[in-house]
Amino acid sequence: MNRSSGWVHEAFAVFAKDWLLELRTRVALGAVVLFAVTSVVASGFALAPPSGVPAEVKTALLWVVVFFAAVAGLSRVFVVEEETRTADSLRLAVSPTGVFVGKLLFNAVLMWGLCLVTVPLYLLLLEVPVRSASLFVTVVVLGSTALACATTAVGAIVAKATTRGALFGVLSFPVALPPLLVAIHGTKAAWLSGGAWRVATGDLQVLVGFILVIVPASLLVFEHIWSE
Amino acid sequence: MNTTGKILTGIWIAGVTVAAFLWLPPAQGFRSPEAARIVVFHVPCAVLTFVAFLVNAVYSWLYLRSRHPLTDAKANAAAELGMLFAVLATVTGSLFAMEQWGSAWNWDPRETSIVMLMLVYAAYFVLRGAVEEKSKRARLSAAYALLAFPAMVFLIWILPRIVESLHPTNTLFSRSGLDPSYRITLWSFFAGLLAVFVWMFRLRLRVELAEARLRQQHHHDAVAEVTLAGETR
Repeated sequence: MNRSSGWVHEAFAVFAKDWLLELRTRVALGAVVLFAVTSVVASGFALAPPSGVPAEVKTALLWVVVFFAAVAGLSRVFVVEEETRTADSLRLAVSPTGVFVGKLLFNAVLMWGLCLVTVPLYLLLLEVPVRSASLFVTVVVLGSTALACATTAVGAIVAKATTRGALFGVLSFPVALPPLLVAIHGTKAAWLSGGAWRVATGDLQVLVGFILVIVPASLLVFEHIWSE
Repeated sequence: MNTTGKILTGIWIAGVTVAAFLWLPPAQGFRSPEAARIVVFHVPCAVLTFVAFLVNAVYSWLYLRSRHPLTDAKANAAAELGMLFAVLATVTGSLFAMEQWGSAWNWDPRETSIVMLMLVYAAYFVLRGAVEEKSKRARLSAAYALLAFPAMVFLIWILPRIVESLHPTNTLFSRSGLDPSYRITLWSFFAGLLAVFVWMFRLRLRVELAEARLRQQHHHDAVAEVTLAGETR
């Protein structure tokens, strides 16, 4: 097997291992989904019509819910390795690239699952009229992927720190902010404007560009975070 | 920086400040042309914030390659100075925004991005506080700085060009953007401020080295005390 297909193989092995463990314990899944559902229900209770809250507020609120739900669960994938003291054996068995890509895939799938639960529930409870469903789905998929890409390496940093508590949220926010702002902007276009694809072209470009920049940057520094 | 350098920097900055009020003509086309002079001080602070952030990223990268403690100290010093200049840029910007746009804060993309830049620095300092072990702290904070860097490039250079901004774009380097007298004064002040930056940067490193020496001294004393106690027993 040559080197390039080596890390792809490793990444899928790490991905499969992490999901197997996750489905046994359901810690990250439980934290993320429960956080999201609780906050959606709470906002639905307060903001559903006839409260008269403008749709702009609801776009921001949706992404705030998604972001903080992500913060509740996305660092788990690295923290669990340190807690169960399996990080060293993983370091021996798999290349850093394989570990990072595997964990990134895990987080991306976790984010998609989170959005799959949260977004329909949110639309239902808050009664948002979506004008361009295709654009909205695209923004949600790209936005959640970008959030996973932005925060995976931060999760690795946090797992190494002595006091983990609120650190992940504090460190993730600045890195995740550009995709978050752009996703809010794009969501607003999908919900409110006619000819939404034209309005949101720049947003989609920025989201894709962000993913293409932050993943190589993360790969570049990950080796230094991961190796002792 | 030697004494001559310090004196020259002082004279230079004082001179540019006087020129900004006496020689520089009021900027027509603004709501209060006299107040627009603050641009000459505000823009260099903002540019220097970005320069400090760049210096921080470069030293972070060098640290990951060399693992030299002093390189980590340099990255940290750059971040601290970046925070200082970010505050200065925000305060001077808010003052002018109050005059020009009628409110100190408008959520203009550039205002948003400097707040975010300060958040990154703050997160960087929180991370440094959260890790006890020195080499690990240096390693993790360097990695974080390099992760935050592309995100900030997005916020500072791309976002203001997508979302509508109250700030003008492309004025600093293009010929048509600024009146020549403004451009000369602005960049002269920047040069002075850059000298202050270098001076403070080196002072900060000297403090760091002095602290390291003190710790070492303390350690030696402690060892000597223990040995002495062992011998007298």
